[in-house]
Amino acid sequence: MSAEALFLSGDAALLGLAVAGGFVARRPVAGSLVYGGALAVCGAMLVLALVELLGRANGEALVLPLGLPWIGARFRVDALSAFFLVVVNLGGAAASLYGLGAARHEHSPGRVLPFFPAFLAGMNLVLVADDAYAFLLSWEFMSIASWALVMAHHREGDNARAGYVYLVMASFGTFMLLLAFALLASPAGAYAFDAMRAAAPTPAVASLAFILALIGAGSKAGIVPLHVWLPLAHPAAPSHVSALMSGVMTKVAVYGFVRIVFDLAGPQGWWWSVPVLMVGAGTALLGVLYALMQHDLKRLLAYHTVENIGIIFIGLGLALAFKWFGMPSAAALAMTAALLHTFNHSLFKSLLFFGAGAVLSATGERDMEHLGGLIHNMPRTAFAFLVGCAAISALPPFNGFVSEWLTFQAILLSPELSSWVLKILAPAVGALLALSAALAAACFAKAFGITFLGRPRTDSAKHAHETNRFALTGMFALAALCLAAGVVPGLFIDALSPAVSDAVGGRMPAQAGIAWLSIAPIAESRSSYNGLLVFLFIAISASLAASVIHRIASNALRRAPAWDCGFPDSSPATQYTAESFAQPIRRVFGRLAFVTREHIDMPEPGETRPARFELTLGDRIWDLIYAPLANSVERAAVELNRLQFLTIRQYLSVVFGALITLLVVLASWP
Amino acid sequence: MIVDLAFQLLQMTLVIAVAPLLTGLVRATKARLMRRRGPPLIQPYRDLIRLARKEAVVADTASWLFRFVPYLVFAATWVAAALVPTFATGLLFSWSADLIAIIALLGAARFFLALAGLDVGTSFGGLGSSREALFGALAEPAMIVIVFTLALVAGSTQLSTVAAYMVSSNVGLRVSLGMALVALIIVALAENGRIPVDNPATHLELTMVHEAMILEYSGRHLAVIELAAMLKLVLYVSLIVCVFVPWGLAIADASVADRLLGALLYLVKLALAGVALGVFESSIAKMRVFRVPDFVGAALMLGFLGALLLFVSRTLK
Repeated sequence: MSAEALFLSGDAALLGLAVAGGFVARRPVAGSLVYGGALAVCGAMLVLALVELLGRANGEALVLPLGLPWIGARFRVDALSAFFLVVVNLGGAAASLYGLGAARHEHSPGRVLPFFPAFLAGMNLVLVADDAYAFLLSWEFMSIASWALVMAHHREGDNARAGYVYLVMASFGTFMLLLAFALLASPAGAYAFDAMRAAAPTPAVASLAFILALIGAGSKAGIVPLHVWLPLAHPAAPSHVSALMSGVMTKVAVYGFVRIVFDLAGPQGWWWSVPVLMVGAGTALLGVLYALMQHDLKRLLAYHTVENIGIIFIGLGLALAFKWFGMPSAAALAMTAALLHTFNHSLFKSLLFFGAGAVLSATGERDMEHLGGLIHNMPRTAFAFLVGCAAISALPPFNGFVSEWLTFQAILLSPELSSWVLKILAPAVGALLALSAALAAACFAKAFGITFLGRPRTDSAKHAHETNRFALTGMFALAALCLAAGVVPGLFIDALSPAVSDAVGGRMPAQAGIAWLSIAPIAESRSSYNGLLVFLFIAISASLAASVIHRIASNALRRAPAWDCGFPDSSPATQYTAESFAQPIRRVFGRLAFVTREHIDMPEPGETRPARFELTLGDRIWDLIYAPLANSVERAAVELNRLQFLTIRQYLSVVFGALITLLVVLASWP
Repeated sequence: MIVDLAFQLLQMTLVIAVAPLLTGLVRATKARLMRRRGPPLIQPYRDLIRLARKEAVVADTASWLFRFVPYLVFAATWVAAALVPTFATGLLFSWSADLIAIIALLGAARFFLALAGLDVGTSFGGLGSSREALFGALAEPAMIVIVFTLALVAGSTQLSTVAAYMVSSNVGLRVSLGMALVALIIVALAENGRIPVDNPATHLELTMVHEAMILEYSGRHLAVIELAAMLKLVLYVSLIVCVFVPWGLAIADASVADRLLGALLYLVKLALAGVALGVFESSIAKMRVFRVPDFVGAALMLGFLGALLLFVSRTLK
């Protein structure tokens, strides 16, 4: 049985679980059945995908008699899709594990259980599709299934609006991809991917398809300014689904972009990298600024996904530039950076969403201003969440640092590019990347510090309890992977090199042979990094310092009330809040992304009413693009509404007019 | 191998040994300029020992993280400092982390210190952490663009290679390097909490940043954090010295005599830098917090301009 058939049977099993979940949702065993089944299937597919990736999969297309009658539905697994299958199924397995524990608390299982495996199956199908029809169908299936999950708790808060915006943006994105595929398929209708590769479109057509793919896949991935749905929809779903959407589904969008732009269209102009780099850098910076201003924990994480997508797109843009200028090893470095960050982000973002879900189920709160001090009652969750925060903030020795380090190394190769625009753009992108990385650290110092540290701000935070075993297992497994990918990055870089050479036609030098498990992207004299040694050095010197001081000096410890410069206040409200923590950064950078309005209402001396401080943050992008767009659509709808109330005579003349116009257009078509 | 290991260990002990002395020298210089006699040079050693011997008082609301962070901050700073060539390049482990990794290690130290500031749940801790997060968010990218400049000049992000390049070849006067030097000095001032960004000697509530963050620390925890801060100062001075005034730096395979001479010269350079810092700090006033972004932003812009010049002036190969 070929790998394609095995993956398809896995997807069929997931769909079967979805149907079964629909029937038995109300039974108490339904959760264990669906999530247990999904865990088993995802685990098996993960192993299979790893085998395929390491074995440099390059299978024959499997054609099923479905879909369009003259091509059928084609499925094929190559190294690139195998890599993304690893990402999807690893995230899927972790989310299923979390789901096993969370199923008991789900108050409307019928709205979650059928769609969860369907969503997983949809993502898997996108990755194995080998023709435009199967790809778009699976893509849309994935969107609809995730939309259903976003709407699972549709009566809560703003979820209905989130679902609506998501649906509109998802349809828009699929429409753009549809047009991109239509351009790439030759007029003869070659919808199969290898026919598209062979068709060799003209540069103009390919460039148009590239722009459409950037918009279509980018809107799913969440690039600015197409990100607006993401921070609404991702947090609205149940937490393990948020993890899947943020950690995994955005990666499927990255796959779509890589597949179309690198594989099917191929770079056909040096300028292709320019919009990708600009969009990437802008997305990274704006994403982290948005995230910094959030005090809803899950929304903060969702906005932060936007930042990481920006980092991935920076890597992809560099890879495009290097590929076009015929520098395969540099292209491989940039592509490795992008794919490694894709993998890394799926790890720590899932981990952080699980942590946020544990907090949500323990306290019923997503708002950080109502949390605090959770490290005392939820020590394990806090520890795992801290690892995720350190990893996403790109702190050594964790994995986030490795992929950002590789991206910087790729940027440092860009002076070799023979294009003035790129020479000027590259250092600017590098500076923006550094700025967003530094802001990310601030953002996660805030996320962890306000949620888990300090004193509890409400009773629900004070009486929180540790989360269940399944969630903890999932979080600790992901945390261990974050550390492993940071400590021995060479193994991971080597493992994904088949996918890299699939996409850019070159690979980084093998890292396995380098002494001490170091990584050296170009040559050791130029740059090298050894996560293992850094980790060991830190561990050894910290324990050395601690033991020497405890042994020689003093190990006496006394607990006492906080000092606070002599004015301790018993009210937890005197602590810094999420908003006040971010205030200096908002004042410095806020104007870039927000329309901020501060209103201070200070009572006169002698008045007894409290002083009030009000802050409104307006999203510039929403105001500039979406609000006018929505308004004009609404105005047009009102105008066109009149067409609903015509007499039969008028309808006939409208139909007649339309027919004549179309015939005239057709007749005058060259 | 054994000699290299010995020099690596020597360098690690050297930075720790001279760190309090450098801080003492800066304080003594400032005291002299104010016509005070000031404490003796070895006062920081005494302070550290006294603090380490005292019992540590920990707030009721503090978590395990609070007690763990000082050692972590110290370790990250020490590892970073051990990777900066002081008197000899070609250290045994210099390839394990390049300049970008050194910056990230310092970033990790700052991240955990900011968390410690939030841990007890007091207003001062939060104030310090929040401002430190802002300064870090500006200083770190400035540092990265400075690294771009150095890496493009020397063709490497390995600090040892950069330093060896600066010693050996005739680098000449370069506009980019001049800009990078000014930017690096500004970043060093901001990162070490020196005047005009922060005042390490103050306990005046509204002006403190670093001190506010570590306000709840006492005893051995405070000693370790203070030592880490002193180490960081040595690290930045060593960094500036080894890149911009590398004369006397013993490059790889140098004789033992050369290395000893290098060590001696290094101490002289360190002393000169300490005096210069003292004079600089005495001659200007501290800035308001919201002026600091302009100051560090200038470093970011200078570093960026320097890197940009190199990116576009690089001849095609």
